[in-house]
Amino acid sequence: MSKVISRRSLITAGVAAGTAGGALYLARRNGLIPPDHGGLFGVGETLTYASHRVLLHNQPLAREFRRDQISTNFPAINTVMPEDDDYRREMASGFRTWRLAADGLVKQPYEFSLAELKRFPSRTQITEHICEAGWSAIAEWTGVQLSVVLDAVGIKPEAKYVMLYSVDGWWDSLDMADALHPQTLLAYGMNGQDLPVPHGAPVRLRVERQLGYKNLKFLSGFTVADSLKDFGKGQGAEGAEHGYSWYAGI
Amino acid sequence: MSGTRAISLESELGKAEASSRLTHAAQHPAIVRATHWIHALGFAALLVSGGAILLAHPRLYWGETGANGSPALIELPIPVNLDQSGWGRSLHFLGAWVCVVNGTLYAIWGLAKNHFGTLKDKYNALQRVTYLTVIFALFPLIVITGLAMSPAVTAPFPWLVAMFGGHQSARTVHFFLASFLVLFLIAHVTMAYLQRRIGGMITGR
Repeated sequence: MSKVISRRSLITAGVAAGTAGGALYLARRNGLIPPDHGGLFGVGETLTYASHRVLLHNQPLAREFRRDQISTNFPAINTVMPEDDDYRREMASGFRTWRLAADGLVKQPYEFSLAELKRFPSRTQITEHICEAGWSAIAEWTGVQLSVVLDAVGIKPEAKYVMLYSVDGWWDSLDMADALHPQTLLAYGMNGQDLPVPHGAPVRLRVERQLGYKNLKFLSGFTVADSLKDFGKGQGAEGAEHGYSWYAGI
Repeated sequence: MSGTRAISLESELGKAEASSRLTHAAQHPAIVRATHWIHALGFAALLVSGGAILLAHPRLYWGETGANGSPALIELPIPVNLDQSGWGRSLHFLGAWVCVVNGTLYAIWGLAKNHFGTLKDKYNALQRVTYLTVIFALFPLIVITGLAMSPAVTAPFPWLVAMFGGHQSARTVHFFLASFLVLFLIAHVTMAYLQRRIGGMITGR
């Protein structure tokens, strides 16, 4: 009896190990492994990221709302006024001297002025900002699609991630699925007006299928990369180094 | 084998007596014991981490949106702590994956083997209704309300959140489902202890 069971459990274990190995191989090949895949929590992070990427493979849009659903109360949190001296000067000039640096795996590195970003075709969307803490609020965002700006500088075929930087020192990255998604904006307008300083003026990121903390404020530039290993500790984001999942789709 | 003796003993005692005075006759197949304790571990992780997440914003709302500065449906009397949700969220989704995979395997096995039809041999009507409600209503619903809070999952499946009346409603329902599961857990552990069933869930005898 015990012999039969041990043989059966041996076969079961073998099949399970083989399936896991095969799944891991396929996941790696298809870019389904997040940068913060290490450790016990990394198992959950990987399962969540991989399953969402499969589920969202045809790039559905995040929910959009009616104008009358826009929240009158939209908290501004974390940095609401960067202490950086350059930023203060730019703010005083109405952000005329502000530039967004685009470099890395691009054919034409470039520094965009706010006016240049506004000359691109714009997209306006009314979406819900969902904070990992639990609160949520709806606003209308206007900006240029990140995909349009990436197209303008010409991303190289080996590009896999876009690393974005904020004036306040924060940095975070997106995979190409989110970077090229139609709702991913470099937003310069909120509720029909210029983006207010507490919400990240002059330009913030909107990545609508992820939680609030991925929506970097006070953008200063981005780097297109084929790997996240060389940024910080290789976790893909400053937040991930503080224990917050790199992928925040849930 | 002790198994056959236990079964005949049980039939002699009668069902009503067996359910209240059962000491060593409870039989749990290995798969039930394994999935039970894996689920216990996953649920413990979900409970601790769910609490950690809740500390970041212990206010509940109804409808689509809600934030500090807006009226809350319920303000929970617990201290706000913004620093526990990083590990809290990671542990929560790890626990969720464990419970979803494990629970699905258990439910498929149970339906295929008519496990849920045999509950009447061991448990009274109230116990059966409670178990089946927990397994087939509370657990699926808490997973669905969890998914309904995801800005990614609701992109292809907006009805997931629409059927609860909005993101904040789904979050509030998620909280109450968790509260019901905690009440069940307290009753379940108390009764298992009083009826000396804990050993049976470990050894199967």
